[in-house]
Amino acid sequence: MHVSPTVNGTTQAHDVEPRLLLVHYLRDVVGLTATNVGCDTSSCGACTVLLDGESVKSCTVLAVQADGAEIVTVEALARDDELHPVQQAFRENHGLQCGYCTPGMVMAALSLLREHPDPTEEEVREGLEGNLCRCTGYHNIVKAVLAAAGMPGATGVRA
Amino acid sequence: MSILGNRVLRREDPKFLTTGGTYVDDLPIEGALWVTYVRSTMAHARLLGIDVSEARQAPGVVDVITGADVDLAPLAPFPFIPQTMAWPWLATETVRFVGEPIVAIVTEDRYQGEDAAELVFVDYEPLPAVIDPVEALQGDVVLFPEAGTNVATGQPAAGATDLFEGCEVVVRRRIVNQRVAPCPLEGRAAAAVWSDDGRLTMWSSSQSAHGTRDELVNRVGLDPETVRVIAPDVGGGFGAKVANYPEDLLVPWIARRVGRPVKWVESRSESMVGLGHGRGQVQDIEIGGTRDGRVLAYRLSVVQNAGAYPRIGSALPMMTRMMVDGVYSIPRVEFASTSVVTNMTPTVAYRGAGRPEATAAIERAIDLFAAEIGMGPADVRRRNFIPKDAFPYTTSVGTVYDSGDYDRALDLVLEAADYEALRKEQEQRRERGDVVQLGIGLCVYVEITAAGTNGEWGAVEVLPDGRIKVRTGVSPHGQGHVTSISMIAAERLGVAVDDVEVVYGDTDEVLKGVGTVASRSIQKGGVAVHRAAGEVLEQAKKVAADLLEANPDDMVFDPVGGRFHVAGTPALAKTWSDLAAAAPGGLTAAVDLEGGGPTFPFGAHVAVVEVDMETGKVWLRRLVAVDDAGRILNPMLAEGQVHGGLAQGVAQALFEEVRHDEDGNPVTTNLADYAFISAAELPSFETIHMETPTPVNELGAKGIGESGTIGATPAVQNAVVDALAHLGVRHVPMPATPQTVWRVIIEASAPATG
Repeated sequence: MHVSPTVNGTTQAHDVEPRLLLVHYLRDVVGLTATNVGCDTSSCGACTVLLDGESVKSCTVLAVQADGAEIVTVEALARDDELHPVQQAFRENHGLQCGYCTPGMVMAALSLLREHPDPTEEEVREGLEGNLCRCTGYHNIVKAVLAAAGMPGATGVRA
Repeated sequence: MSILGNRVLRREDPKFLTTGGTYVDDLPIEGALWVTYVRSTMAHARLLGIDVSEARQAPGVVDVITGADVDLAPLAPFPFIPQTMAWPWLATETVRFVGEPIVAIVTEDRYQGEDAAELVFVDYEPLPAVIDPVEALQGDVVLFPEAGTNVATGQPAAGATDLFEGCEVVVRRRIVNQRVAPCPLEGRAAAAVWSDDGRLTMWSSSQSAHGTRDELVNRVGLDPETVRVIAPDVGGGFGAKVANYPEDLLVPWIARRVGRPVKWVESRSESMVGLGHGRGQVQDIEIGGTRDGRVLAYRLSVVQNAGAYPRIGSALPMMTRMMVDGVYSIPRVEFASTSVVTNMTPTVAYRGAGRPEATAAIERAIDLFAAEIGMGPADVRRRNFIPKDAFPYTTSVGTVYDSGDYDRALDLVLEAADYEALRKEQEQRRERGDVVQLGIGLCVYVEITAAGTNGEWGAVEVLPDGRIKVRTGVSPHGQGHVTSISMIAAERLGVAVDDVEVVYGDTDEVLKGVGTVASRSIQKGGVAVHRAAGEVLEQAKKVAADLLEANPDDMVFDPVGGRFHVAGTPALAKTWSDLAAAAPGGLTAAVDLEGGGPTFPFGAHVAVVEVDMETGKVWLRRLVAVDDAGRILNPMLAEGQVHGGLAQGVAQALFEEVRHDEDGNPVTTNLADYAFISAAELPSFETIHMETPTPVNELGAKGIGESGTIGATPAVQNAVVDALAHLGVRHVPMPATPQTVWRVIIEASAPATG
């Protein structure tokens, strides 16, 4: 089937199998490999991207369902050498270790901040419940999201 | 001013945050085929037939491989284990756990592999499965009839009959340190490419590129000169990626067979049954002493569930034994263990690997003893601590602790937690009969880091432009070694951290390596680099003296600018690039570290839980932790290690358990069914700084990777028990799920019958 989503500002056009998952489309067809696969039950959130501005687990969406949609992955956040405020907050607060959950976690955090620009710690913890991390114990991820909440441009995406 | 001890931000992060890491699945390998394993759906069965004819015809299938095709000797266990307990590459006659690989299918793409796998028909003749390790000891069901026993190995007790003589009180209890799944976010993965000149490059999601290389040499029979193993970015390991598995070691063999590059990346559902599990000990604890709180004798008898094929898990009780005394000076201690095979996924190392089990046993035992004599848990601990002036201290089993101050760790954590106030609040809630009761749990632990892995290799080279290239045998997968190792070199050589390149995880680039296991990287890998940098410094001093026509003894090294000059004339200084150009063979040194021995981090944790007495639901409200790992190189990285460890400790205490039904079918085979801990189940942690340097190495550093897990698990479990103590409850099994806790409450509240 033909799909033509916009990924990080660039319009794509591909013929894909109807069963192709969006995450595999992004990784294997478009070639954006930051978005990772950490499970097969939509539990871990490593594959979180924005689809028409909303965070989705891209292993739970078929590529054909994303036809015509606007998709943003973590690759679109930084500009040149300048990290996005959420990325910057993750770095300054040591919110990542092995890095595998990080792209999905950053996108989930961005989406969370759009819904709760000034979240409490509890709101951050509940908001990130669907994004699993095995390295950080979440302590510094939560700290990073709370720190990002105060930064200008934290909810913006420039793609 | 030294950079060591500072919160230097990670040099690794920009890549991970922007383009993502390069994990095995991300590698752009031209023309790579995809490997899919067909796995056993039965815990124990004879294989009557494997029909792959339909699978061979499926779209995209290039090859279908069964055990009969694999011309390699099965993976032999450790020498001290019956050699008949070897692991076949692909099962041919018998399957012994759900998830055991039977067939490898090679396809053009990944979806085709799953399609073809569905077309393989395996004819099983079910055999009775044995799941309970204590039952396995009886040998009614034997996994390896040729071995004639399920016992893989053991450490017999000395058999003292008078161990508890003179004890006014003896408490005995069987407790279970349940099986858990390590769950690195990236599962296992490997890729292999053979070049035209017969050289192999294998990428492996491994904690040790060199270890993987050695396995290919020893088990696949490859010539070490022809093998290059690269551990690219690795999405966590936690011990489960220390050793290799049939699935990843077979990947180069498959690539050679099909004559094309191949890639294998397991799914999470495969990982939950294929990647080794951790823990899995049944522990009989016996503790005795006087009514005024002196512990006189302790016995720990362990049955270790090794899983179907004995791997590192079968040897975990050796580590448990080494740490059996904990932080206490106990006059008489005895340890015994038996490791048995069962129809489960093989047991491997998981964050702590044998030490959390030792700590859980002694820390539960101390609480049981304290409850029996009616003394506070903090008081009993203090009464029995190894005193701080007793180090180096030799334990009952001959382990030599390097340094420690357990009293101070406990004082610090109790003060930070405001222990007295917590006890008052607990008393008030009990008096009021609140639905939500408070529990306060303690754990004071000591653990061993860098055990059994003495050596490590490190090299330092000054590049022509004055930058520094470091090669290290450690192999990071989240620890931030690019940052910490470059801090060590930068400090020693007076260069900026960003001017140090750190090379690791590549057997062509790094001569030797043990890898990142056993919380050893800084105290071994870091020390090797530190020494190599010191050697380079000495070489440079001589070269600078020649250039400046001075006596080497008159040379001064300015660590701020990384320059050498003659004492008194700092204006005429030589830089690293000057010296690299002038040194005949360049400035380079390699250190193959030997000896040094292990170190013994310690700490004290207080967990505060609330328990809903009507539903059994437990909330962890606070976790206050003192973790002393000697001198800290980068507090930000050290705290990060502690946080992750704490979360995994809490996870075992409250949520996570690999479960099976009675036929041996695992029922926690994905992340929807396995209770992987999330952010919503944890509070922010309260970590308290304490540093007691070790005399074992010049950095004064001990390991920090596993401490959090070792301390947190018993602290949280003890807190849950403590919340119910007023009902007479003395023990709550892990994980303390609502169902388990509710049952304990109901049993404790029921009027006595009988």
